[in-house]
Amino acid sequence: MATTTAPSSAHRAEAPASAKHRPDKNYRRKQRWGWLFVAPFALVFATFLILPLVFAFRMSLFTSTLATGNKFVGAENYVKAFTDPIFLQGLGTVAKFALIMIPAQMVVALVAALVLDNLATWASKFSRLMIFIPYAVPVVIGALMWGFLYSPRFGPASSIFGLFGAAAPDFLAQDSIFGSLVNIVTWQWAGYYMIIIYAALRGIDPGIYEAAVLDGATDRQIALRIKVPMISSSLVMVVIFALIGTLQFFTEPQVLRAVAQGAIPTSYTPNMYAFSLAFSYSQFNYASAISFALGIVVFVFSFFFLFLTRKQSGLK
Amino acid sequence: MKAKFLATAGIVAATAVALTGCSGGNGSGGGGGAEAASCTNTIVNEEAPQVTVWAWYPAFNEVVDQFNNANDDVQICWTNAGQGNDEYTKFSTSIESGSGAPDVIQLESEVLSSFTIRDALVDLTEYGANDVKDQYAEGAWEDASSGDAVYAIPVDGGPMGMLYRQDLFDAAGIQVPTTWEEFEAAAKKLKESGDGAVIADFPTNGRAFNQALFAQAGSVPFEYDSANPQEIGIKVNDQGAKDVLEYWDGLVKQGLVATDDAFTADYNTKLVDGSYAVYLAAAWGPGYLQGLSDADPTAVWRAAPLPQWDPANPVQVNWGGSTFAVTEQAKDKELSAKVAMEIFGNEERMNIGVDKGALFPSYAPVLESEAFANKEYEFFDGQQIQKDVFLDAAAGYEGATFSPFQNYAYDQLTVQIYAMVQGEKDAGKALDDLQASLEQYATEQGFTLK
Repeated sequence: MATTTAPSSAHRAEAPASAKHRPDKNYRRKQRWGWLFVAPFALVFATFLILPLVFAFRMSLFTSTLATGNKFVGAENYVKAFTDPIFLQGLGTVAKFALIMIPAQMVVALVAALVLDNLATWASKFSRLMIFIPYAVPVVIGALMWGFLYSPRFGPASSIFGLFGAAAPDFLAQDSIFGSLVNIVTWQWAGYYMIIIYAALRGIDPGIYEAAVLDGATDRQIALRIKVPMISSSLVMVVIFALIGTLQFFTEPQVLRAVAQGAIPTSYTPNMYAFSLAFSYSQFNYASAISFALGIVVFVFSFFFLFLTRKQSGLK
Repeated sequence: MKAKFLATAGIVAATAVALTGCSGGNGSGGGGGAEAASCTNTIVNEEAPQVTVWAWYPAFNEVVDQFNNANDDVQICWTNAGQGNDEYTKFSTSIESGSGAPDVIQLESEVLSSFTIRDALVDLTEYGANDVKDQYAEGAWEDASSGDAVYAIPVDGGPMGMLYRQDLFDAAGIQVPTTWEEFEAAAKKLKESGDGAVIADFPTNGRAFNQALFAQAGSVPFEYDSANPQEIGIKVNDQGAKDVLEYWDGLVKQGLVATDDAFTADYNTKLVDGSYAVYLAAAWGPGYLQGLSDADPTAVWRAAPLPQWDPANPVQVNWGGSTFAVTEQAKDKELSAKVAMEIFGNEERMNIGVDKGALFPSYAPVLESEAFANKEYEFFDGQQIQKDVFLDAAAGYEGATFSPFQNYAYDQLTVQIYAMVQGEKDAGKALDDLQASLEQYATEQGFTLK
């Protein structure tokens, strides 16, 4: 880390501080045009994100139970959420996923990117595409596909293990479902993260490697001591993506639940809990509160992570 | 069957919520979605008022066409909004948003009170439902009503029987069991014969299936009357339920039954490839079996009555069965009620449902007809399964009461039975825990426990 000077300030935007002090007519007219250009996006953004968010937040401040009516309760739903053992257990589950799944994806993505960065043959282009392809498969389809691959009846596991005379493990049992989900997510997302890391690696001036080789650095040293520190801001970004995605874990367990209802209960992750509360048990208000509570948790985690890695990400 | 594309439906539903949420937020309100909805069927008489219907019955398109051709004064505009929970999710969302629900909707009888408590369904007694009461099987009518109110018109039922593989039974030298004791003995004998088949599957996600088995031993899990919607009696851990679950726990521990999840691709294949010798089924089960692929071509299927606890006092139970209800959002409630009563309240249309959709009718003129009783089923090599099994089962069924949070109750039941099968607790503890969780939930939801 100390040996390099990351060009971190390069992508920091130049603040138009001087313009703000003297807002001449011309500038204001330009500003108006700017709003016009932003308008189409702003409209869609407000209609499909801001308004539903406001609406959901308002809902979360009310309570409406099956037997009684609708009434305003303020923060009561949030107090309930953060003391709800089911919600907390779900948070525990996604925290466990974060601890295992994010490093797994990072290692796969980083190793693949470093190897591909060193190769310059047609094989590297081909491999890059192959590693990236799972990301192009829609998440629901990917999870359905893995559901079949894990199936004791249709999956290849029983024939593969059969070759060695062993019985195939049940991938959908209570104690193996965790690993099965980690595998699906890693398969799907490592390729995407690999592309981000690879792009960052391509952005490094090759002159630095030549200098390092002259100084007697080995390939491994170049990879670990030069490349990795130089792309640390991309790595931080990738981890943030993975962290947010993992805390909001939903689609894969929800799809696999169709074939493993015992091992994946309806409240397996906080997002699944919110979903079933709203759509299976008609508790829209509490579901909104759970969603916002999850949002708060995601924000806090992301904020802390960004704070801890402010040096690597170039925020400081 | 139902849960396969739940996730996809969920995403659609989530989007729908986002959309309805925003139209509510900015006050402009889209509205009129129901009228603009395009029908799956063609409207014969463009002039006549239309009634929108959501349903997932097999061969329902033919029923709708017949109806539209036969009626000048009203036309059905039919949409298949998904099976079971998929449809309920959409319905639930439109109740919450106040628009988008159809006029008439297919609902399983077990979910009716989950919707009446949200004031989503119309009491049909105002529109002459009691006049047609004696045209329907008693138990089915009981399931569709609550106290004096009638919230739906029964369509099909699910009286239970036992479908079994005669060839596997013969090979293992097993007589058809008539009691659960004999069933266990048969299970042992089948296991000893060692061809890898187990007698049956006991799915932890059996939901209504598990509940029906409990009911056979006298379990009455809920007491609920929608005239008094704040009060509920919960007794899911009564002796009947405990006895039955203990029995199955015993079979599971001895390895005599499988515990595969129901309605998965694996389960569907195992039903027909000889992995299970018995399919404890409702009257719609034969239709379900015939629709499955990869069947063992040498299979010889037969139907027999469900085994009993006390052969001197046989108890008949029901699994599934559906109805037509009129929603509170219906524009013309009287007309909608008429459609709900007449779609399958007609011999010609009910016969289409029976012949092409393999429905077990609740409509008495068809149910009690000679033709239905004597119907021979090719799948069972000509056995008259209705006369042999299901008609008796339907006649003996007295109806059941479901809770206004049945989906939650079933999900919790699955959690507890799974824990039992995993060896974490015994049957009694599982049901006691279920009782505790449902009591807590009901209290949280503002119910008074009886």
